[in-house]
Amino acid sequence: MTEFQHRDMPAPDQPARAETPIVPKTSIAGTALVAVVAIMTFLAALTTGAVVLVMKSASEWQSEVAREMTIQVRPVPNRNVDSEVAKAVAVARATNGVAEVRPYTQQESARLLEPWLGSGLTLDDLPVPRLIVVRVQDGQQPDLPALRDELTRQVAGATLDDHRSWVERMQTMAKSAVTVGLTMLGLMLIAMILSVTFATRGAMATNRTTVEVLHFIGARDRYIARQFQRHFLLLGLKGGLIGGGIAIALFVLAQFTVERFMGSAGGEEIAALFGSFSLGNLGYGLIALQIVIAAGVTAATSRAVVNRTLATVS
Amino acid sequence: MVLDAETSLVRFENVGLRYGLGSEVLRDLTFRIEPHSFQFLTGPSGAGKTSLLRLLLLSLKPTRGLISLFDQDVATLSKDALAALRRRIGIVFQDFRLLDHLTTYENVALPLRVQGQRESSYRQQVTELLQWVGLGERIWALPPVLSGGEKQRAAIARAVIARPHLLLADEPTGNVDPNLAQRLLRLFVELHKSGTSVVIATHDIALMDQYDARRLVLHEGRMHIYE
Repeated sequence: MTEFQHRDMPAPDQPARAETPIVPKTSIAGTALVAVVAIMTFLAALTTGAVVLVMKSASEWQSEVAREMTIQVRPVPNRNVDSEVAKAVAVARATNGVAEVRPYTQQESARLLEPWLGSGLTLDDLPVPRLIVVRVQDGQQPDLPALRDELTRQVAGATLDDHRSWVERMQTMAKSAVTVGLTMLGLMLIAMILSVTFATRGAMATNRTTVEVLHFIGARDRYIARQFQRHFLLLGLKGGLIGGGIAIALFVLAQFTVERFMGSAGGEEIAALFGSFSLGNLGYGLIALQIVIAAGVTAATSRAVVNRTLATVS
Repeated sequence: MVLDAETSLVRFENVGLRYGLGSEVLRDLTFRIEPHSFQFLTGPSGAGKTSLLRLLLLSLKPTRGLISLFDQDVATLSKDALAALRRRIGIVFQDFRLLDHLTTYENVALPLRVQGQRESSYRQQVTELLQWVGLGERIWALPPVLSGGEKQRAAIARAVIARPHLLLADEPTGNVDPNLAQRLLRLFVELHKSGTSVVIATHDIALMDQYDARRLVLHEGRMHIYE
């Protein structure tokens, strides 16, 4: 080897060249994997976004409903319903934590029944209950059993509805939405792991010569595994960024569209159902986290497959 | 590492190898490869040359017997220790096994890269070696555009770049014309003179006749040695 040791050559004064990755960057398997990870991340991000929107809307509805109670005063024979309503209003106003008490007038009650009984109705002849809307002060929780007892004691035919059944239904609905969302995310994660497993096996088969050559020139297993892991981490990150990025763009577009058409009837309906389509920091943070998870899962799965394959090869 | 003059690079003691439940393809092999030695490994096709090379490369384990490399019993070594041993062995494959997506330069530099050396630290060494084997103009070419002879020389350069103590070459002249075969043999002889032990597996009688060296002849799984 003396010949090439002593040959005069220019000193290596140039900066280090970017080294070509040992595992080839581009392959059909790699492109397909990027597509699969992108689709999975996109679907996962949509699911997460939908769950976050439902949770936010349910929470808003829930707090809206929980801030109000209704006292119903049914007409009782030999009792003047107006004076019973006045008594109920006085009891409610005397309760701590109550911000506003507003009895519905007879005309307002008639308007509430119009969809079912038609207009121009005279309620004097019908035993129509009267409603009193009680609004609770923010952050306050009135003593409902005491209020209920007081109403029963002082007002004939009065009942208190604190909308608990509605709140419970909404909590159940929100929990169901989260459960369904988490199940879908779990299935997508499994599908992604399986896809990456097959892709890694394919890549290992395609790069068998590379693995063998690396082995024969003295590369340790962890060095070889690191080359594949880096390759798949980049593929996973690319797929995750594409899928997550498209999902984020869609949510931003939806939010912009809803805000723009907020004045129209359709816009109001959509806003009532999904809120403003704004995911907030939590939603966007979760989608960003999913991009990282997609890349991490891709890298970890491929590392496991590569290690298993190397153990078999050895 | 400086090797003791008395230490054998390779020691086989009654080594036998069989694949699965078949009969033994290698039987009772007992031989040594000494430092600074040169030998041809020969024999008819199917005699077990490639199997023996795979045993030497630690990619197969013997069914019986003892194999010692650099004074270490390979049966007791961990995977990391086996990898460390392989770094002291250079191998030239019959089918070259160059990585098609890496340039000639990167293929030759691969053993040093795997050892964790920085590109700037070995650039001059790799460039010089490529010029020495006549590939100075093909440094940035990819293997698919190299001729058979160029690929062979790149494979040899890759095998010797990390200055191995032992060089194994499997039919290194099998794909080249006699003229180039002679040049490649001269290359191996130069490497031998610089201190590397060389084992060339070949069934090319004409090639062996060009250089007077020890011959390890495999026949029906057994080895006959002609000093």
